[in-house]
Order: sequence, then structure tokens, then C-alpha cells
Amino acid sequence: MIKHLPALLIVIPLLVAIITPIIGRLHWVLSWYAVTITTFISFVISLLLLQTVSVQGRISYWMSGWEPPFGIEYSVDYLNAYVLIIVSFMAFAGAIYSRKNIDVEIEDETRKPLFYTIYLLFVTGLLGMVVTGDIFNIYVLLEIASLAGYALIALGKKRQALVAAYNYLVMGTVGATFFLLGVGYLYLMTGTLNIADLAVRLPEFYETKAIFTAFAFIVVGLSIKLAIFPLHFWLPNSYGYAPSVVSAVMAATGAKVAAYVLIRVMYSVFTPAFFTHTPFNIQYIFLLLAVAAILVGSIMALAQTDIKKMLAYSSVGQIGYIVLGIALMNVTGMMGSLIHLLNHALMKGALFFAVGAVVYRTGLCSIENLRGLGKKMPWTMAAFTIAALSMTGIPLTVGFISKWYLAVASIESGMWWLVPIILLSSILTAVYFWRILDNVWLKPAPGEESHEHGHDSHQKPVKSNDAPLSMVIPTFTVAVLCLVFGLFAYAPVSIAEKAALILLK
Amino acid sequence: MIELLAKYNYWIVIILLTTGLYGVMARKNLIKKIIGLNVFQTAVLLFYVSMSKIEGGTAPILLNHGHGPQPVFDNPLPQVLMLTAIVVGISTTAVALTFVTRIYREYGTIEEDQILELNKQND
Repeated sequence: MIKHLPALLIVIPLLVAIITPIIGRLHWVLSWYAVTITTFISFVISLLLLQTVSVQGRISYWMSGWEPPFGIEYSVDYLNAYVLIIVSFMAFAGAIYSRKNIDVEIEDETRKPLFYTIYLLFVTGLLGMVVTGDIFNIYVLLEIASLAGYALIALGKKRQALVAAYNYLVMGTVGATFFLLGVGYLYLMTGTLNIADLAVRLPEFYETKAIFTAFAFIVVGLSIKLAIFPLHFWLPNSYGYAPSVVSAVMAATGAKVAAYVLIRVMYSVFTPAFFTHTPFNIQYIFLLLAVAAILVGSIMALAQTDIKKMLAYSSVGQIGYIVLGIALMNVTGMMGSLIHLLNHALMKGALFFAVGAVVYRTGLCSIENLRGLGKKMPWTMAAFTIAALSMTGIPLTVGFISKWYLAVASIESGMWWLVPIILLSSILTAVYFWRILDNVWLKPAPGEESHEHGHDSHQKPVKSNDAPLSMVIPTFTVAVLCLVFGLFAYAPVSIAEKAALILLK
Repeated sequence: MIELLAKYNYWIVIILLTTGLYGVMARKNLIKKIIGLNVFQTAVLLFYVSMSKIEGGTAPILLNHGHGPQPVFDNPLPQVLMLTAIVVGISTTAVALTFVTRIYREYGTIEEDQILELNKQND
């Protein structure tokens, strides 16, 4: 049983995804149970995988018993297990949360089981991308996750969601096809698709143009999926118009997995030695894009009035941080990047969850409408505040730890000029979250201003009308985890360090 | 020169790739964009299939149950990979066309500029 865990991680959700619409015909809640239990099982398997990795090192699972370079290999080391835990945990939290959320955001009862089917397929694709050790397999699972993702976005209530999903589909397909083309070049030169085998065979071809072309195609393709500036145009509308639970889960997992694949390609398929053979300096290009993403994302977030779009633009900036750590090419930078993966999954998940709860109660998601909500929805807004503080990188939150490592890594590699940029972006983040926190906690709710001026302003305490428990619990748990990992950072830091050491050996 | 022309299959791949990508970017009609996307994906299929071809190679089938001399055959793996890619391409097209029909129902048009105009009026 333990031996087959890597395969079960994919097989169980895939099979349940087929059953879900059938049992959903009886009652849609059954499909909710199916999805919640399945994602929980995936989470447990991910934890078991991490435990196995820590005992026996890298796991190599041979699909149907075929020996790796010929058959498909599923391989798990610290990096895979770490990303798997993030993805499956956020998928589980999203599944619990979705039950009430889709009541308002997907009203049609007949569509709900289908939502859960697509949701599971999306999770299957993402988990598969992380667990597989075969680069063509990554492409197939990437397309499974992407197609499910397009459909999830199109479920948004406004008609703009359809256009956003269409645009994402076009860009995403171009990106995936670039990836496929790059894989073709790799296969043409080496005759293998296994990542571990590629790493052995590639070095002798590092000088050739074909391998550089392969690298370029793969990285550009992944950059579209990851929404690295300036290829981020699909992202704000997609996250902005999708149902809140979809925005939360996609922001928390989709971009993380794309970042994982980028790390794998740059450090496992290719190695840092390759970057000395390229005709121009790859590291500087990535650093430039990362800095541009951090600044543009933060500035664009400032300009938004819709809170979901603001969070989406802030995602563009946060992805910049992840790319920054990847591009620094040292262990500390990679650690910063990996911790930021966890950090961004938790805080962006919590923020979108909180916004979904607000939409559930008020039906609105512009920043203006948040006035006075601190009293009406104290738990949700407390979660929002914690996540926002983590986003700005206040000490004691996990956001501080990742930014700290990124700053240290910049100084280590002699690029001290990155530190003021990280600081500047933190300040911008603080500014755009302050606008919201000010509205939430300090301003009175609309229609209550008149009482404020009267003498007996405390005549009637505002009735707390928080979101249902099935929404508040996941939101608050995820937000509290931002604090827990900020205070007790040992667990994520030690795993990230081991993963980074393996990558940059 | 002759050497370059002899690899005409790769030239066709490049022409199809750029034509497809141009279609995706330049066309305003949502269906035409999908057609461009299809051409773009087909180019990659052709790329994989043509790299698997060996001069004088036949279909990869074992003769006499694997006994005796075997003919030279093409690499079957890229062809199998492309079967998967074809399925992916079809699914993508299907999902995209579904979106287009629903966009048409909601907006009454499939011209990108008109849709953007309608979105602006709404906001």
C-alpha cells in the first residue's frame, strides 16, 4: 500500500472525479462529500509521502512496473512532497469552503455536481504535475489541470467570466504548446523524456543551439502559465470574475505548481552550469522580469476598486518574489522562494476566502462596500487582516520569513539593490491593504454615519452576522497558519532548505 | 541551400507555427482565433512526427513474432506522444468552442472588439 502511494495520489481523485457527477444526480451534497473526503485523502497521502521521503530519501515509483527511462516514473523528493502538501491542503480547505460559497456564486443546482467534477480534475492535474518524473507527462497533466481551470473560471456569474476564461484558454494553450515544442527539442537531442535521465544526458549538448531553443520554449511556455510579467494579462480578469472559491484555490495552487515546474526545469532538467553556456545572461533577464512584476503588480493593485482584481494584481507581484528567489541561484534564494510558495498559498487563499465570505453576506466585492464590516463579520475580517499583515511582511508572520530570506540571498549574491525594491514593494503592499483595513475596521458601515454624531453612539451594538461556519473555519485556519508558520518557522524552513540543497547540489 | 531545402518538413513546421500564432494574435473573430490555435498545435504534431521518421524506415511492427531479421523501423514513441497531443488539442478546441457559443448567447457577437466595447459600457 505504502509503496503505491505516489500512484494512488493521482488515481483516487481521477476515479472519484468520474463518479462525482453520477452520485451528484441523487443530491449535489453527495458530490461535495466525495470531493472533501478525496482531497483529504490526498492531503494525508502527501504527508505520508513527506514522511517516507524523510526516512528513505527520494521515492521512485515505476508506473506499471516499467523501468524508468522507458516507462513513466513518478518521483518524489523533498521539493515534490512540500509542494504536494501545499496543493492538497489548499484543495481540501477549498473543498470545505466551497459548499456554502457555490450556493451564491453558482446557484444552479444541476451545475453543482459538475463543478465538483471539474474541481477534482483540476486538483488531479496539479498533483500529477508535481508527482510525475516524466516531462511529457507534465505536459499532459498540465493540460488536464488547465482545461479544468478554464471551465472553473467560466463558471463565474458575470458574463465577463466567459471572456476571461476564453482569453486564458488561448494564452494557456499557446503556453502549453510552447512547452510541448520545447520538450520535442529535448527529445530530439537526447532521446529521453525522463527528468532524471535528461539531467544525465543533457550536459554534453549544453553548447548546442537546439538545447537553448528547447530551454527558451519551455521557459516561455511556463512563464505564461505562471503569469510572470509581462505574460500576466490573463490573470487579473480570470481571478477577478471566477467564483471566489475558484480564485482562492487557483491562486493558492495553480501558480504554485507552475512555479514548481519552472524550478524543476531550471534546476533538475537543466543545471546552473547550463546558464554559463547561454548566449545571454538568463539570470539578469529573470531578475529584471521579477523586479518589474513586483513593482507593476503592486502599483496596479493600488489602482483597483474591485477587491478581487486587487488581489489578482497583487498575485502578479507575489509571483515576482517567487521568480526572484529562483533567479538568484543560491540556496538562500531558493529557500526564500520555496517558503514564499507556502506563504503566498496560505495568505492569498485566506484573502480570497474572506472576500468570498463577504460576497456570501453582501453580494458585493468593491472596496467601498467593505465599510464597517469589521463589526459585522469579525472572524472573517480578522482572518483577512492576519493574511494582509503576512502579505506586507510584518515580523511574526510567515511573509516576513520569506522576504527575509530573499533579502539575505540578494545580499549574498552581491545584488544589494534588490533589498530596497523588496522594501518598496512591501510599503506599496501595506498601502493597498491599508485602504481596505481602514474601511473594514475604522469607517462606519453605510447608513450608520448619522449615529456616530449623536451622543448615544453605543445605543445599539452592531449585530454580528458572520459567514457560515463552513466558510469561517477554513478561512480562519488558513490565516492562523500564516501566524503559526511565522512563529514556528522551523518546519517549512528545514524542508525548504533540504529541497534547495538537493536542487542546487 | 539544397541542404536547407531538403529539410522542407521543418520549414513547413515553422511556417505553420508562425501562421497559427499570427492568426491567434491578429484575428478579432473568436472562432478564427481558435482556428489559428489549431494550426499552431498541428505544427507541433508535424514536428514530432517528422522527427520520428528514419530514412527507409517502416511501420514499427515485429515480423514473425520477433524471430529472424527485422526491418529498420521508425521511432514509434513520438507518434504515440502525438496521439495524446491530438486528444488534448481536440479537448481544447471543444472547450473553446463551448465558450464561444456561450459568449455569443450572452453578448450577441463573437467579435472581440465589440465584446470589449460592451464590457466597457457595463463597468
